[in-house]
Amino acid sequence: MTQEITVRAKKVKKDHVKARLIVLSILVGILLLAAIFARQICPYDPYAQDLSISMQPPGPGHIMGTDEFGRDMFSRVLIGGRTSILSTLALVLIISIFGTFIGVLCGTFGGFLDSLVMRIADFFLAFPGLVFAMAVAALFSGGIINAVIALALISWPKYSRVARSQTLANMENSYIKAARLSGDNSAQLIFRHILPNILGPVLVTAMLDIGTMMMELAGLSFLNLGAQPPVAEWGNMMSTGRSMLQIYPWIVMSPGIAIFITVSLFNLLGDTVRDYMDPKNSHSR
Amino acid sequence: MKHYAVCRLLQLLPILFAITFMSFAMMRVAGSDVVEQKIENRGNAVSQEVVDAAREELGLDKPFLTQYFTWLGKMLHGDMGTSYVSGKPVFQTFLTKLPGTLLLTATSILLTIVLSIPLGILAAVRQNRITDYIIRVFSFIGNSMPNFFVALLLMYFFSIRLGLFPVISTGTSMKSVFLPTLTLAIAMSAKYLRQVRATILDELSKEYVAGAKARGIKFSVTLFRSVLKASLVTIVTLLTLSIGSLLGGTAIVESIFMWDGVGKMAVDAISMRDYPIIQAYVMWMAIIYVVVNLITDLSYRYLDPRIRLGGMKQ
Repeated sequence: MTQEITVRAKKVKKDHVKARLIVLSILVGILLLAAIFARQICPYDPYAQDLSISMQPPGPGHIMGTDEFGRDMFSRVLIGGRTSILSTLALVLIISIFGTFIGVLCGTFGGFLDSLVMRIADFFLAFPGLVFAMAVAALFSGGIINAVIALALISWPKYSRVARSQTLANMENSYIKAARLSGDNSAQLIFRHILPNILGPVLVTAMLDIGTMMMELAGLSFLNLGAQPPVAEWGNMMSTGRSMLQIYPWIVMSPGIAIFITVSLFNLLGDTVRDYMDPKNSHSR
Repeated sequence: MKHYAVCRLLQLLPILFAITFMSFAMMRVAGSDVVEQKIENRGNAVSQEVVDAAREELGLDKPFLTQYFTWLGKMLHGDMGTSYVSGKPVFQTFLTKLPGTLLLTATSILLTIVLSIPLGILAAVRQNRITDYIIRVFSFIGNSMPNFFVALLLMYFFSIRLGLFPVISTGTSMKSVFLPTLTLAIAMSAKYLRQVRATILDELSKEYVAGAKARGIKFSVTLFRSVLKASLVTIVTLLTLSIGSLLGGTAIVESIFMWDGVGKMAVDAISMRDYPIIQAYVMWMAIIYVVVNLITDLSYRYLDPRIRLGGMKQ
């Protein structure tokens, strides 16, 4: 009887998580479409200057107001979102693939490479990433691509960590031994058996990482180490708007709220994907 | 204990060494060397002979490794070179900025502890009830806002709208330290609170808690006498580990509030390409990293008798 109830409770919970997953996926999907087609959907040209309408407060016509050059803030937030969201996704994609690859190699072969990479990982996990990214970005000088490279250089080890521990856990399973006995070489072992089995945890790590990476990338741009004006990006839009906070707060608030909503959505989606994949790890615990 | 501390310190030395090497190499790879930088910053034309002479004087014509060890030797004596921009010794500049950052870090950690430990415990005890949900929503919001946005929001509401605090900090008064502290504490508490809650929940689900309840021991007694004590190791470890990230995060917040600390110094140096100052900053963070790790390990041993009595093996 009790068992029946627990099973049912689990199922209800799972359905609930599934519903949440679908709703959030749709919302994130809309966000991604808006980012990809930002140029097509923005109502005004985000770079067209018209000083006669500069610094207009939010109202009809310009729902987020205009900036110091009379550029429509809503169009700029949209086009800035394109820069912020797409570069963040590219960053996470790069580091998750590279980090996972290295992690799987470490887990499969062990030895010197393994201990070296793990020491590097220890270091980057504890060392404040932004400081290193700042130093690296300072070397490369600005530009969003350089900021992405700087963050990529310091952020891949966390994926190696996850991939390595998952690989080690999988290596213990008898199907791996069976595959080895049936003559699979290491490459076959990795691609056919290990990778498909560790993708779940890596995916969850990546989903939860998107928000953090987006904030760090915006932080670099805010410090003028990322996207350079006139390119619109949420971080540098806030940086230029910061001196006008006193009189024209909407110039800071619009991109700020956009970052907040985007990061929240990705964080919620990440939490939900985690709950969906592993109900034990439910966030209410 | 002393022996252990020395051991750990020796293990951390190679890391420090690697960081010095990396930071030196990075600055060298940056392209233009010191002489070109200086000329660029002063803005007047100089003949090739003068440049060569200056390079020889600074040892830039020597092999890379020789340059590195010369640099390292000087740095160990507290000579980190001079700033390209102000021309003042880097070490002195650094020392004048340090108290500001230390003060800000201390107040932020204090506020974080005051905010997140009670709230984390409360959320854990009231798990899945309304209090828990409210606390978690706040923690979620704190986690989803970049700290520069939090800083600007606080500045807007407290300084501009309400006029309670100065927009730009003037010296290190209680009034000007408040907003930067709050900014840093919000971001840190949001993360830390979750960890405290999870740790306490973990401990509460153990059998001895049910056992204590069955024997009629008051819940508050169990909570404060046993659960908290047992969770302390994890809580302290997580806190010291977050000090590192806190110090990294001060850079943006310091420069927004014009707080005259090491972080603002670094941000300014980066925009001016003042490499000796950037190097000093990276070194400072490296030292912090090493010290924080050491303290974490030592506090582990001090707080957890299992590790303390377990001897040297990790």
